[in-house]
Amino acid sequence: MQFIIDCWNSVMGDPTWFYLITTIAKLALMFILLLLFVVLSVWIERRIAGWIQDRPGPNRTGIPIHLLQRFGSKEKQPLKKWLEYFGVPANSWIAKLCTWLRLDREIPLFGLIQPMADGAKLFLKQEMTPSYVRKGFFIAAPMFVLGPPLIAAAVLPFSSSVDTCYGAINMCVANLNIGVLWIFAFSGLSVYGLTLAGWASNSKFPFIGGLRATAQLISYEVAMGLSIIPLLMMFSTLNLQEIVQNQAENGWTLVPLWGEGLSLQRWVLLLPMCISFLIFVTSVFAEANRTPFDMAECETDLVGGYHTEYSSMKFASFFMGEYVAMVVGSALVITLFLGGWSIGLGADVCLADWAKAAAITGSDQAATCWQSILGCCAGWIVVLLQFVAFIVKLVAFVFFFVWVRWTLPRFRFDQVMKLSWLVFFEIAVINILLTAAILYFIQ
Amino acid sequence: MSYTPIKRPKFSLADRIYIVAIAKGLCRTFKHLVLALTRRSRHREDFNSKGIGLCMPFPEQRWDERLPEYYRGAPTLVRGEDSRERCVSCQLCEFICPARAITVTPGEVDPASPCAKQEKAPKEFTIDMFRCIYCGMCEEVCPEQAIFMSQEYLITLTDRDKGIRDKETLYKLGGVRKGLVNKWNDHK
Ligand code: SF4
Ligand code: SF4
Repeated sequence: MQFIIDCWNSVMGDPTWFYLITTIAKLALMFILLLLFVVLSVWIERRIAGWIQDRPGPNRTGIPIHLLQRFGSKEKQPLKKWLEYFGVPANSWIAKLCTWLRLDREIPLFGLIQPMADGAKLFLKQEMTPSYVRKGFFIAAPMFVLGPPLIAAAVLPFSSSVDTCYGAINMCVANLNIGVLWIFAFSGLSVYGLTLAGWASNSKFPFIGGLRATAQLISYEVAMGLSIIPLLMMFSTLNLQEIVQNQAENGWTLVPLWGEGLSLQRWVLLLPMCISFLIFVTSVFAEANRTPFDMAECETDLVGGYHTEYSSMKFASFFMGEYVAMVVGSALVITLFLGGWSIGLGADVCLADWAKAAAITGSDQAATCWQSILGCCAGWIVVLLQFVAFIVKLVAFVFFFVWVRWTLPRFRFDQVMKLSWLVFFEIAVINILLTAAILYFIQ
Repeated sequence: MSYTPIKRPKFSLADRIYIVAIAKGLCRTFKHLVLALTRRSRHREDFNSKGIGLCMPFPEQRWDERLPEYYRGAPTLVRGEDSRERCVSCQLCEFICPARAITVTPGEVDPASPCAKQEKAPKEFTIDMFRCIYCGMCEEVCPEQAIFMSQEYLITLTDRDKGIRDKETLYKLGGVRKGLVNKWNDHK
């Protein structure tokens, strides 16, 4: 035991190993988080779509109890047996509740595993590669769609940093000083996937879909990039972790209610920030290829768009790539505008102070056992709370994405391009000048 | 002028910015969401729906008594009121069936039987329910009004062989139709 602890200490004491191990752990966490969120957002999407259209959505997928019979259980209705075992009468409200929850037929999961069932279905489908496609590109295209958003997510901070006895861990996979640029670079890369898919399919509708995707993504990339320049001017950093830290201390970009956020300058800056927010959110919708901007795959005029010729897991990777892009886009919006992991109302600063104080008391000789445990965990508790805040915001924003999708009809392609080049581009440029003026004149 | 050009409405700036319209739309859909979740959707009573929104949760609650008369369920063979097999095995349904679900093996009618005049009756008549697409072409084409679409829509099989319905099954499902087809009477 002592040997293991010694080993651990010496490995973690080495800065290189410490960095490597923590980074891999964060990487795994972020990856799992994203994939879980993809699954969750598919579920959210379908449930919300159902509710908005006055129907339940997929609420049935559970683990059917007749599976137990397959595995040798003789009992047809285990529920009855269990109720009898616990002495619950068959017509009591508990029994009724159980029947209402369909416990007599399945272990209910409220449809939560529907996406997994869908995934399994897609996995088992026949993999078709038409003979006329360009094989290499055809196979590479789905990876280009799924990969870049996953890489882009590396710079997203999902919590603040925590001090351990070996050193500080910054809760984002790569704390790059060019975080924002990194995200733009990689989310721009995913357009190659769509274009390649359209072109390699060697078929006209995918081709048109791919072309549309290219045109649309490039135009919205411009509007998107320009729209957050005011924000970067305000924070004067490109590091996402620092941006969030700043927001935690001085008020979220859109909710400047504490810290320096109460100054006149920040309140005047709210106007350009709101404009930025609108443009940015719209562009994120367009970038993620979501309705009302899903020109690349609008099934009414393009069969299935760029992935018409794809089937089975290749199709699933397009599907997933889209949802990853949506999740990463939402995360970026909340990171830039809604405070990322920050809990808000100045609570972050208080919590950080509390954690520091607890650590000092904990390391004191006179500390009780309870205090020293608290001293060790305080930092982690704070990080966990912030992580929860991040997740809550992310879910809320994914809900917003879905909500918009089931509300707005699709734009026409020329309207989409017009909106980007004739409206957003101009407004974004003016917005930059406006922000510069405000920053210069109002101190 | 033979036509009148449509007057396009002139949109104000507020309309063209969309934001108000989008907000209104979002409110509308959110209202639907809330109403569906609190089980107060509009027209809910009309459907007597027990699920979320307007949905009837299927196996528990069924639409059966609202099935329209013209509903096209599984095709079945029928007998006349005189319990005569109406089918004369002309095989028109077999030829028209787009899914090639029907197979008719024509046979002769016993000369001693009361409906000997029709001469032919199916020896075997199978409908493959795995193939049938419930199009109703067979019912449409039959010159003898012998094949009808029933209201049966729930065909859940646990056994593949049961999917191919033979003559007995089809007659059992079809039952007896009112209204005589008189052309095979002795008097005609
Ligand atoms: S069912 Fe009608 S169409 Fe079909 S073989 Fe019999 S008589 Fe002919
Ligand atoms: S309903 Fe259509 S598909 Fe079915 S048996 Fe009749 S003709 Fe064939």
